[in-house]
Parts: sequence; C-alpha cells; structure tokens
Amino acid sequence: MHTKSIAELGAGLRAGEFSSVELTRAFLDRIERYEADLNSFITLAPEHALTGAAKADAMIRRGEAAPLAGIPIAHKDIFCTNGLKTSCGSKMLDSFIAPYDATVVSRLDEAGAVMLGKTNMDEFAMGSSNETSYYGVVHNPWDRRLVPGGSSGGSAAAVAARLCTAATGTDTGGSIRQPAALCGITGLKPTYGRVSRYGMIAFASSLDQGGVLCRSAADAAVMLQAIAGFDPRDSTSAQEPVPDYSEPLHESLAGLRIGLPKEYFNEGLDGEVARSIELAIDEYRRLGAEVVDVSLPNSGLSVATYYVVAPAECSSNLSRFDGVRFGYRCQAPADLEDLYKRSRSEGFGAEVKRRILIGTYALSAGYYDAYYLKAQQIRHLISDDFRRAFERVDVIMGPTSPTTAFAIGEKADDPVTMYLSDIYTIAANLAGLPGISIPVRQAAGKPVGLQIIGNYFQEAKLLNVAHRLQQESDWHLAVPAGY
Amino acid sequence: MSLERSDVENIAHLARLAVNESELDAVAGDLSTILELVAQMNSADTSGVIPMAHPLHMAQRLRPDEVSEIDERAHFQSIAPATEDGLYLVPRVVE
Repeated sequence: MHTKSIAELGAGLRAGEFSSVELTRAFLDRIERYEADLNSFITLAPEHALTGAAKADAMIRRGEAAPLAGIPIAHKDIFCTNGLKTSCGSKMLDSFIAPYDATVVSRLDEAGAVMLGKTNMDEFAMGSSNETSYYGVVHNPWDRRLVPGGSSGGSAAAVAARLCTAATGTDTGGSIRQPAALCGITGLKPTYGRVSRYGMIAFASSLDQGGVLCRSAADAAVMLQAIAGFDPRDSTSAQEPVPDYSEPLHESLAGLRIGLPKEYFNEGLDGEVARSIELAIDEYRRLGAEVVDVSLPNSGLSVATYYVVAPAECSSNLSRFDGVRFGYRCQAPADLEDLYKRSRSEGFGAEVKRRILIGTYALSAGYYDAYYLKAQQIRHLISDDFRRAFERVDVIMGPTSPTTAFAIGEKADDPVTMYLSDIYTIAANLAGLPGISIPVRQAAGKPVGLQIIGNYFQEAKLLNVAHRLQQESDWHLAVPAGY
Repeated sequence: MSLERSDVENIAHLARLAVNESELDAVAGDLSTILELVAQMNSADTSGVIPMAHPLHMAQRLRPDEVSEIDERAHFQSIAPATEDGLYLVPRVVE
C-alpha cells in the first residue's frame, strides 16, 4: 500500500478495500521498522493518528470524504500542533506543547488527513543538511552516509522511504526543494502568501512559505489544494482565489516556452547533474515545449543578499525566545539579563546563534543602509530579472542543487560552503515566486532534482509541467533499495 | 569586513546571547567569513533602486476594530517556565 498514490489510496478507501485505520497501521509499522535507520521523525503520534483514522473512516462511510480523507501524512515540526510537542528542531522548544494548531495543520485535519507525527528538521529551519537539528542528523534513505538536505530533511527522507504518503515543509531559501532533490521526491514551494504562515514558527517572515513534499506532482496538487488560500490570521496571506490544481495536470505542453537561465548552468554545477537536467529538458522538447535562453543577471548576488535578509529577520523573530513565557529557561538565573542571555545561549544551537549575531549586526546602528537596505534593493533587481524573463517564457528550468547529496559531516564546519548549497533556490524566495523540484535521472545512484520556477500564483502550471514529465518517465517512481 | 573580539561582545549583548571568552575568536572568524560573502552585494549598483518591501507589493490589510480573541491566559501560561497568580515570574528587577 505504501507505494500507491493519494488518488489510488483514496479510491481504495472509498471502495472499502481497506480502512484508514488499516492504512495508518501499515504506515506506523513501516515507521517502526525503518525509523531507527533514518531519524526522520522528532515526535511520533500513533494514538493521535489512529483516532484520526477512525474519524476519517466514519467520514468515508458517510460519503463525506474529501480526497485526503484517511491518508497518512506527516508535518514538519515547525508547524504548531495543538497539545503535541512542537520543537522546531531546537532544545529551546524541547518542552513546548503548542497551545493551538497552525492553519496548515487545521486545514489538513479538516480534509481528513491523518497525521502520523512531526518530522525532523534543521534547528529553526536554518540549515541545508538537517545536521543542525537538536535531535540529530537525518540519514538519506538512498545512502545512510549522506545528508537528506534541509531544512525539511525529515519530511523528505520520510516521504522518500515511504514512511508517509506526503509531508508538509517550509521553504525560506530552498528548504523544500533542495531536500526533495537530494531525496528523489517532488517538493513544491508555493508563491509567497499562497499558504498561511499562521502557526508556522517564523524564521524570516518575508521569505518563509509553507508547502509540500510528495511522491508525485499529482499528489502535490491534492495536498496544495487543501492548504492553499487566504487566511485572515496571516497578515501577508494572499487574497488571490485558489484554482483547481488537479484538473489542469493533464494539459498539453505543446508550445510551452521554457527559459534556461545561463547563470544556472555555470562552473559550480556538477557535470553529471547537468547531464541529467539536459536529459529532462530534452524530454520537454519531445513533449512540444520550446526552449529558449534567458538571463537572470543578478542571481549571482542571491546568496549574499539572502544572508543579510534572512539573518536580519531571524534576529528579530527569535527575540521572542526569552525564557519567560514559553520554551527553555536556564537554571538559577542571577538576574533578568542573565536569564535572557543564558536561556538563549543554552537553548539555541551554534548555527542559530551565528545567524542571530549576523542579523543583529546588520540591523545595528549605522549599518542598516549598508546591509538590510542594500539587500532589499538587490531583491528588487533580482525580482525585475524574473519579471523580464517571464515576459518571454512560461516557466524557468534549471538544477535544484549544484550537486547530489553530500556526506554527513562534509560541510558541517564550513557555514559559507553549506550556504552555497542553496545557490539555485534562493532567488525564487527573494522574489516570492513559486518553485517545484522533481526527480530526474539519477547521477551515480543519487537523486537529482530539476527545478521549475513559475510566475506568481502559477502553481497549477508548475504542477502541470511536472506531471506531464512524470507521465512520460518513471524517475519519480524509484524507491530507495531496502525500503 | 573583519570583526574584532570587542565587536562580537557588543553584538552578542545586543542579541542577549552569552558568548564565552574562549569562543570569541572562533565566532569573530565565522562572522567575518559570512560578511565577506555578503560583501559581494557591493558589486551591484543600486543607486535609485527602490527597496523591495513585499514580493507582491501588497498593502497592509485592515480589519474592523472588534474583539476577535477570547481570554486564554491560563491555557497559554500552562506552558510557561514559572507563573504565579496569572503573572510570569522573572528574577527581581527592582530592589
């Protein structure tokens, strides 16, 4: 059952071939069998899942079943889940029982999806390898010596190993698309504001966007349908109407204009990864697409710009963790300042502290114009590059990540080298554009992701373009050996 | 842009983080390396470019000034490290 699509599982549930309780038990059994090898979950919620499954079974019997009713999924541990530990991968929130549900969680709950647990992640979503988690590294199911990518590394590994049908994630600089690429699955980061940030623990508020990690574009369409849409509780939620994401999946790609930015095929790109991307683009030519060269001249400044904007916003957002109202508090504080400083220093890990310090510096008196203002101006230039490109093309394609999954420990002590893992994904966050990563031909047995970037609110087009390739190829069906 | 130990002490205090004496050099080194990366921004001519405040150029939404939240103080304080009579407890601030 674990290899079936959401549509197939939904049909089986509605036809009474199996119940959601049986399906949920099957996935819980798989988790029990494989989780020790992967460490993809921080918290498992078997009782919660079986209660939800029984409720979904009742919905299905009453004929009220939505497409996700009874389908077992997992949430990245950045989404607040009422009454359940929500750690954000940090010692700071190790004891935090969220007092309410994130909108993403409540919408999937209302759709009847069954939550199996909360997935591992880089601490406060700051990382590209899942190595900054307080709860330990996640192993890539394709090769346990490799990282799964990050920050949604637990979600990616769990979906790749078929421990759940789909999982939620968040993407601030590539944290859905990069782990999806490194684990060989489909990961969608919607347009900024498409999915509510309410109850999603904030990292960099002008970049953060919730999305999904799935086994196919068709599954991603069903998941996005459930979570997308205006939410009055999120001040930057988009009011744009939500289209049907599943219906246009099958549309022909004849005449589709694909732009290849020359800056995404530069000397930093691994040769084998480049060949896999070219092979996928040839498939699109066969499907009737026209491929044209475009240029994103300022995209080379993305990483530098991001490492001002993201730390600056994180230093402000993470000031709420003060040891007073919730979260970790140090032992026997001498005075209030000691309480703040030691609670924060003991509760946060090294990478989080590093980013808070950089952000505090960038925002400190006298430096605002040189850093944050300059970065926001460059964001405008990057955004204009995309605007000009989308006057000529429907979608932009390139690699998701410059390399395949790297070894655990390989980049852990070198922050800047790690930051460059997101060199192709960050620009879409800075511009607020939607992007998807889908698996293409593997390179030396390791997954490779093709990134497709669309114009604002063009998620349906991205899913259509991704789905058509998945109809013509079986790259997305590969399951890591042993799972 | 290279940071000194004293810069790190100052930034750490602003961020309310304690950095040990023994870590100061390493942290100064890490932060300086990141600032070198960030310095690539200087290659862009941004004179006259409007800073991007929001990807979709959206205005802040307003709502009617009505009570929309219920009192959940006890619920929210149930996860606090220390409370008493509905108040959050911290070390004495005023002697």
